[in-house]
Amino acid sequence: MKKFVAMSLVAVAFTIITVKATEAREYKIGFIGPMSGGAAQLGQQMKRGAKLYMKLHKDQLGKHTIKMIVRDSKRPGGPIAKAAAQELITREKVELITGLIFSPNAMSVAPLVNKSKTPVVIMNAGTTFIPNMSPHMVRVSFTMWQAGVIIGEHAASNLNCKTAVAGYTNYPPGKDSINAFRHGFEGKGGKVVDEIPMGGPGKVPDFTPFFQRAKSKKPNCLYVFVPAGNHAAAVAKTYQALAMRKAGIRLIGPGDITQDTQLQGMGSAAVGLVTAHHYHMFLKSAENQAFVKAWKAEYGANNPPDFVGVGGYDGMAAVYAAIRAANGSKLTSAIAMKALKGWKFESPRGPIMIDPETRDIIQNIYISIVRKKGGMLVQETQKTFKAVKDKCKELKLGKCGKKLY
Amino acid sequence: MSPFLNEISTVLVFGLAYAMLLFIISVGLSITMGLMGFANLAHGSFAMMGGYVTVTLVTQSGVPFAAALLISFVAIALLSIPFERFLYRHLYRRSELDQVLLTIGLVFASIAGVTFIWGPDPQLIQMPNYLKGSVDLGFNTFPKYRIFMIIAGAMIVAGLFYGLERTKIGAQIRAAVDNRTMAESVGINTDRLFTWTFALGSGMAALGGGLGIQILGGIKPVFAFEYLVIFLIVVAVGGMGNIRGTFFAALILGIIDFAGKFYFPEGGAFVIFAVTILVLLIRPQGLLGKN
Amino acid sequence: MVPNHSSAAKAVNYLQTRHRFHWGEAIPWILAILVFYFLPGYRLLATQILVMIIFALSLDLIVGYAGIISLGHTAFFGTGAYITALLATNNIPDPIIGLIAAAFGAAILGFLSGWVLLRTTGLTLLVLTMAVTIMLAELANDFDEITGGFDGINFTNSDIFGLIELDQLWYSSSYIYVLIVLFLSFLFIRTIIYAPFGRMLIGIRENPRRMSAIGTPVHQRQVIVYVVSAAIAGIAGALWVQVQGNVTTEVYAFELSGDVLIMLILGGTGRLYGAFLGATVFKILENVTEQVLGTDQPYWQFAIGLVLILTVLFARRGLFGIFEDLGNKWKERGQ
Repeated sequence: MKKFVAMSLVAVAFTIITVKATEAREYKIGFIGPMSGGAAQLGQQMKRGAKLYMKLHKDQLGKHTIKMIVRDSKRPGGPIAKAAAQELITREKVELITGLIFSPNAMSVAPLVNKSKTPVVIMNAGTTFIPNMSPHMVRVSFTMWQAGVIIGEHAASNLNCKTAVAGYTNYPPGKDSINAFRHGFEGKGGKVVDEIPMGGPGKVPDFTPFFQRAKSKKPNCLYVFVPAGNHAAAVAKTYQALAMRKAGIRLIGPGDITQDTQLQGMGSAAVGLVTAHHYHMFLKSAENQAFVKAWKAEYGANNPPDFVGVGGYDGMAAVYAAIRAANGSKLTSAIAMKALKGWKFESPRGPIMIDPETRDIIQNIYISIVRKKGGMLVQETQKTFKAVKDKCKELKLGKCGKKLY
Repeated sequence: MSPFLNEISTVLVFGLAYAMLLFIISVGLSITMGLMGFANLAHGSFAMMGGYVTVTLVTQSGVPFAAALLISFVAIALLSIPFERFLYRHLYRRSELDQVLLTIGLVFASIAGVTFIWGPDPQLIQMPNYLKGSVDLGFNTFPKYRIFMIIAGAMIVAGLFYGLERTKIGAQIRAAVDNRTMAESVGINTDRLFTWTFALGSGMAALGGGLGIQILGGIKPVFAFEYLVIFLIVVAVGGMGNIRGTFFAALILGIIDFAGKFYFPEGGAFVIFAVTILVLLIRPQGLLGKN
Repeated sequence: MVPNHSSAAKAVNYLQTRHRFHWGEAIPWILAILVFYFLPGYRLLATQILVMIIFALSLDLIVGYAGIISLGHTAFFGTGAYITALLATNNIPDPIIGLIAAAFGAAILGFLSGWVLLRTTGLTLLVLTMAVTIMLAELANDFDEITGGFDGINFTNSDIFGLIELDQLWYSSSYIYVLIVLFLSFLFIRTIIYAPFGRMLIGIRENPRRMSAIGTPVHQRQVIVYVVSAAIAGIAGALWVQVQGNVTTEVYAFELSGDVLIMLILGGTGRLYGAFLGATVFKILENVTEQVLGTDQPYWQFAIGLVLILTVLFARRGLFGIFEDLGNKWKERGQ
C-alpha cells in the first residue's frame, strides 16, 4: 500500500511536471555577429544559415516557438560583442547565445556566461582553446588543427612536396593553422623552409611582397592560411599573377582559401588548388544537395552557401536540440550541455558530433581540388577523413590542454 | 639570372606599381589641402565610389576596363562638384575640427550608402585578356597588370606635370597655393579654380580606386577608411599642395613598403610608419613643402 | 546693477564666478544615478559611455584647450589598458594600483612622444600621432607572447580595497566604480581649466606666437598638458579593460582614436560637458539605431554620418553649443 501511494505520488508529480513542461513557451535566443564593417558578409552568411534552418524546421519544436534577437558585433576586438551579450542576457533575458565570429568576440563573452550560466553555441570562432574557457560553451564550426594536420600530411605523402613555405595571417588562428600544418607536414618528412606572417586579419593586404618572398625560396608547396572572407580571392589572384604555378609551386591550404562564396570571383586562378576543409558546397551527400537547393531557393542562385553559412545552419540545429531537451522548461546551461555533449547530427557537411569531453566538434575533413566544369568552378572531393577530432586538444598542447575558467 | 638582380627588380617594379596607385589617389588630397587648407578626410570615399562605378560598368554593362576607368573618372569628378559647392564651401573659413567632423560624417554615410547598394562583399573584376598573365624578362617575370599600372601612372604623372607647369590654369593653381590672397588680387577667380581642382582631384581618386581593385583584393565599403591613413601619410610626407613632393613621397613610401614586407614580413607594416615618423621629424613640412 | 558700469562689472563678475559650480552641472550626475537604478540592463553600455567620457575629456584638454589635434590618442588609452592587464596577470591584480600604474605609464609615453611630436603642428602632427598609434598596435600584435595578440588576454582583478568585487554581469559595482573615477577625473580637469594654467592654454590655442612673445614657454606648457591628458587617457584605458575583464589589440585601434575625436567634436570642444554629451549621443546612436532598425543594413553608420554632417552645418559649436544658445536666449529674455 505504502509503495502504491509512493508510486502514485511520483506519477502525479510526474504528470504535473510534464503538464507544466509542455505548455507552449517562447525561447528567446541572442545571435551576435558582425553585421557591418569589414566582416559583414560573414555575419550575413551565418545569419542566413541560421534563418534557413529555422524556416525548414518550423515544426521541430512542437508548440514552442523561438525568437532570435540579432546584435551587431561590428569589430572583431571583443568589447562590442561583450556589451551585446551582457545586454542580451540582462535586458532581453535570452536563454542562449549563439553566432560569434572572431575568436576575441567569443573569448570576451566567456567570463560573462560563466557568471550568468548561459549556454553558448559558437558558430564560427577559430582559436583552438576557446571551449576550454567556459563550461557553458560548445562549438559547431571547426578548429585550425583539424584541417591543418591533414593537409600537411597529404602534402608530404601525396603531393610530392619536400619543402614548403607557410604564409599566414598574423593572429592566433593563423599561428594555430601553421603549427598544425608543420606538425602534419614535418611528421611525414617534409620541411617548412620559411614562415611568413602576412599582416593582420583586419584588412586584406596586397599579398605580392609575401608571395614574391615565398617564390624566391623555391619551395614545392605554398601553404596559405587566411581568415574567411575577403582575403581568399586576393590570395588566388596573386598566386596566378605571379606565375607561381609555372615556377613549380603548388598552392595548398585549409578551405578558407577556396570559400564557396569567393570561388567564382577567383576565375581561372583557383583551378587546381588543393585544400582540406570540413565543407564545400559541392559535397555529394543528399543532405548537402537538399541544403544547397533550399539555400539557393531562399537567397537566389547567385548567392551560394559556404562553410560559414553551414556553421550557422548546424549551430541552429544544435540550438533546436537544446530547446527540445528543455521542452518547455527554462533552457539552463545544465540542460543544454547535457543535450549537446555527444549530440549527433546529419549536417550538410556530413555526420557531426559534439565531443562530450572537449565540447568541440568532431567531423569529416575532405581533401578537395578545384576544377573547371561548364564555365563554373567546382570543388571535387578526392579523399575523406572520417570523424576527425581536434589534434591540439588530443595532444594537450599549450592552452589546448588546460582548463581556462 | 643573378638572384640579386631578381630581388632588386622585384622590389623596384612592384614598389613602383604601388607607388603609382598611391600617387594617383593622394595627389587630389594634397592639392585640396594645399590650396584651401581643407582637411578632406572623405577623399577616400571618392576613390571608393570610383572603384564601385568601374566594377559595375565592367561586370554588369560589359564596358571595357579602360573605358570604365575613364567614365568613372568623369562621373566622380562631376559628382564631386555639388559636394564642393553645397557642403565643403561653407567650411573653408571654419576650424579644422569642423572640417574633420563633416568629412568623417561623409565617410560614414558613404560606407553605409555603398553597402545599401552593393552589399558588404568585396566586388571583384575580371581583367581583359591583354592585362592577364605575365611578362617574362629573363631575369624575372612580372604580371602584366603591374607593368600596365606603371605605364598608366607615368602617363598620368607626365600629364599632370605638363598641365601644372605649362598651362595657364596650372600656373593659376600654383599661384593660389603659394599665396591665395595675392592670386585673388591679380584677378584669379580662386573659388571657381578650386571647384575645378577639387573635381579633378576627386576624379583622380576615382581613377585610382578603379585601378586599385585588382591589386587590393577587390573594392569594398571599408576602403574609404582603411586606406585613408596611407593617403594622409603620403600627403604629409610629400608636403601639402606640392605635387612634385607628393610624387616623391608616393615613390619612396611605395617602394619602402614593398621592400619592408618582402625582407621583413614580421615587421613589414612597421617600416612605412617608422620612415614616416623619421621624415616628418626631420622635415615637419614634408619633403618639398614650404616652411 | 548700474547700467553704466555694466560691461566692466559683468567682466569682473564673470571672472569671479566662472569657476563656481552652476546648478546645471549637477544634471549629468543625477542622470547617471537615475540610469543606474532604472535601467539596470543598460549598465554595461552606460559604463562604456562613462569610460568614453573620461577618454573624451582627456582629449578635450589637448584639442579643446591647447589646440593640439591628435588622431592617435589611443596610444595612451591602449598603453594604460595593457599595463593594467599585464599587472593583473602578473600577480598584481589590485584595480586601484592598476589605475595608478596605467596613469604613470601613459604619462611617461606622453612625455616622450609629446616632447618630440609637439614641435610640429597641423597635418604633420595629425599624421605623426596616427603613425605612433598604429606602430604600437603593430607591436602589440607582434609581441603576442606578452600581449596575447589579436585574441588578447582575459584577466581578473581583485576586489576594490579587498571588499568590493567588480561585477561582470550586472555591472553594479563596476558602474559605481567608473562613475567615481569619472567624477574625480572631471574635478581634476575642471580645476586645471579654471586655474591660470588653463587660461594660458587657451591663449596658446588662440595665438601661440603672441603667447611666446609675452614670455610663455609654449612648447614646455604644451608638453605638460599633453602629459596630463595622456595620464587621464591611460586611466580611461585601464578602466575600459578592468570592467571588461579582457584586453585586445583593439585598445590601440586607430578607429577608436577617430571615434573619440568625433565624440568630442560632436559634443563640442573646449567646454568640458561637450565630452559628456558627445560620448553619450555617439554610443547611444550606435546602439539604438540597430535595435530599432535592425542589423540588416549598416543603419547606424548612416545615422552617425548624418548626425555629424547636420551638426557641422547647423550647430556650430557642437551639440553642447545648442544648449548654450538656448540658455543665453533664455537669460536675455529674463533681462
